[in-house]
Amino acid sequence: MTMPAQYSRWFAYWPLALLAAALLLPQLLGWFGFDFYVSFATRIMIMALLASSLNLLVGTGGMVSLGHAAFFGAGAYTVAILAREWGGTPAESALLSWPLAMLVGALLAAFIGAICLRTKGVYFIMSTLAFAQMLFYVFLSLKSYGGDDGMSLTKRSTLPGIDLGADVVFYYVVLALFAVALLLLGRLDRARFGKVLRGIKDNELRMESLGFAVFRFKLVAFILAGAMAGLAGALMGNLNNFVSPNMMHWEQSGVVLVMVILGGLGRLWGGLAGAAALLLLEEILPNFLPHWQILLGVILLAVVFFAPRGLAGIFRA
Amino acid sequence: MSGLLFAEQCLNGLQFGLMLFLLAAGLTLVFGIMDLINLAHGSLYMLGAYLAATLTQATDSFLSGVALALCATALIGMLLELTVLRHLYRRDHLSQVLATFALILIANEATRAIWGVQPLSFNVPAALSGSVQLLPGLSYSAFRLAIIAVGLLVAALLYLLIGRTRIGMLVRAGASNRAMATAMGTNIQRLFTALFGVGAALCALAGAMLGPLLAVQVGMGENILILAFVVVVIGGIGSVRGAFVGALLVGVVDTFGRAFVPLTLRQFLPPALADAAGPSLAAISIYILMILVLLWKPQGLFPSRA
Repeated sequence: MTMPAQYSRWFAYWPLALLAAALLLPQLLGWFGFDFYVSFATRIMIMALLASSLNLLVGTGGMVSLGHAAFFGAGAYTVAILAREWGGTPAESALLSWPLAMLVGALLAAFIGAICLRTKGVYFIMSTLAFAQMLFYVFLSLKSYGGDDGMSLTKRSTLPGIDLGADVVFYYVVLALFAVALLLLGRLDRARFGKVLRGIKDNELRMESLGFAVFRFKLVAFILAGAMAGLAGALMGNLNNFVSPNMMHWEQSGVVLVMVILGGLGRLWGGLAGAAALLLLEEILPNFLPHWQILLGVILLAVVFFAPRGLAGIFRA
Repeated sequence: MSGLLFAEQCLNGLQFGLMLFLLAAGLTLVFGIMDLINLAHGSLYMLGAYLAATLTQATDSFLSGVALALCATALIGMLLELTVLRHLYRRDHLSQVLATFALILIANEATRAIWGVQPLSFNVPAALSGSVQLLPGLSYSAFRLAIIAVGLLVAALLYLLIGRTRIGMLVRAGASNRAMATAMGTNIQRLFTALFGVGAALCALAGAMLGPLLAVQVGMGENILILAFVVVVIGGIGSVRGAFVGALLVGVVDTFGRAFVPLTLRQFLPPALADAAGPSLAAISIYILMILVLLWKPQGLFPSRA
């Protein structure tokens, strides 16, 4: 979309405007008596964090993973199991359990990535899917951690001086983490690392010939995305006070992938745009239509045919 | 373990594998020739099962119900190809994923709108409801035997169609090199539509045969879709022969896993734990099978592309 120069200068500040709006949102919702939607907004940001981490793989690096929910679920179970086994100890602290969730996500991603990244195309899609499904079935069979019923948490993680149990406080913590993650992803994208990843996506052989350690770059991206997804899982487990194997089912991976494609592949704001659009549609449409999923499907089809670069791509020509 | 139990599980594996083959055959051709990732393939299977159940009730005959459902699903499949999927062939795989995911949403919700949220009851036809004495001490469900017969018959027909006819020659040409097949004057467009109709009919057949054994409900397509994709990747994308071998492998491994893993685990685990872990380990075994096959043959068992 082209616009006169004096507007586009101001347009560059829209991330700040969005941040300001996000900071004011709980207040606004409180005034209108929509307090329930604070948790909904938190959920959008957590899914946006997850989708943004996948976008680093799919959009920037061209690695179409259909097993990203594995790291999400692993992060959630890390927090839940720590709380179950060592409740009342420092293990409940977010300062310990959330970084551990990221570490578990990263280690799992290092293991899965080291194997799957040796394959390409459809075979990469299917092997990431296979590992995620294996993890799903492992947790499905772990009766001591709830099996297919999932596992409830008695309360959210603790932070010194802050009560995460209050929905508004938790909202601001998630907002801060998501903002930091986006800043980091933006810096990464502009740095040499991001440029190399995009180069690999365009032509892997060329990058290899130029002397780049292609496999290592891809693996590092995979591990980073795994850690970020692990954090998203830890946050989601906290938000709902509930974790279940369904968090790592392939349909969850599929939904996140749909969010990324819908929002805009390889675009910094693609994850947020896709997560917000899909979750908002799922929230709003049922109020108007009994069979709203048909309309949702038609809208998604329209995006494929009329906005091939996704929602975030509509505004940047 | 007893030999009879083993024989029975072999038959079960064969039966499940043949139904997977019906699904995977269409999927692998669409994937291999049109280069289309069609997540909505499972929706055609679901629609086939619903249509077969309804039409069987309406016509009061399983045979005519299934035949009508096959035709109807084939028409729906061709219509889908003409209206939506045709425009996706030139797009990247991710756009195809988003578009066919949208089709799943539409198909599931339309099914709920038409048939309701309750699973549909779909009984085994009366003539096949009994069991057949195969060996002394081994009696086996007549309906499951019929499924095996139908599956083998369709596999043979497909083998003849693809290996011995002109259309089959075009299909194979398209699978190994689409650009060259077009350059040689093949009317790819019409071939694709026809192929899609055949794939949809095979889905409907699988849905109609498995419907009385499994539940006819919304979401049944997504559960089996992933297994069908595993079969396609094991067999080699675009290869019907590969899909046949892959489907039988997956069917047997899955069935054996479900039957024997819990029994084996019981030897050294408490029964409750063994029963919980058994089905999961069986499900995991399929993915391990796929990864082992891909480590051995990265393009699948029967790579069709030159």
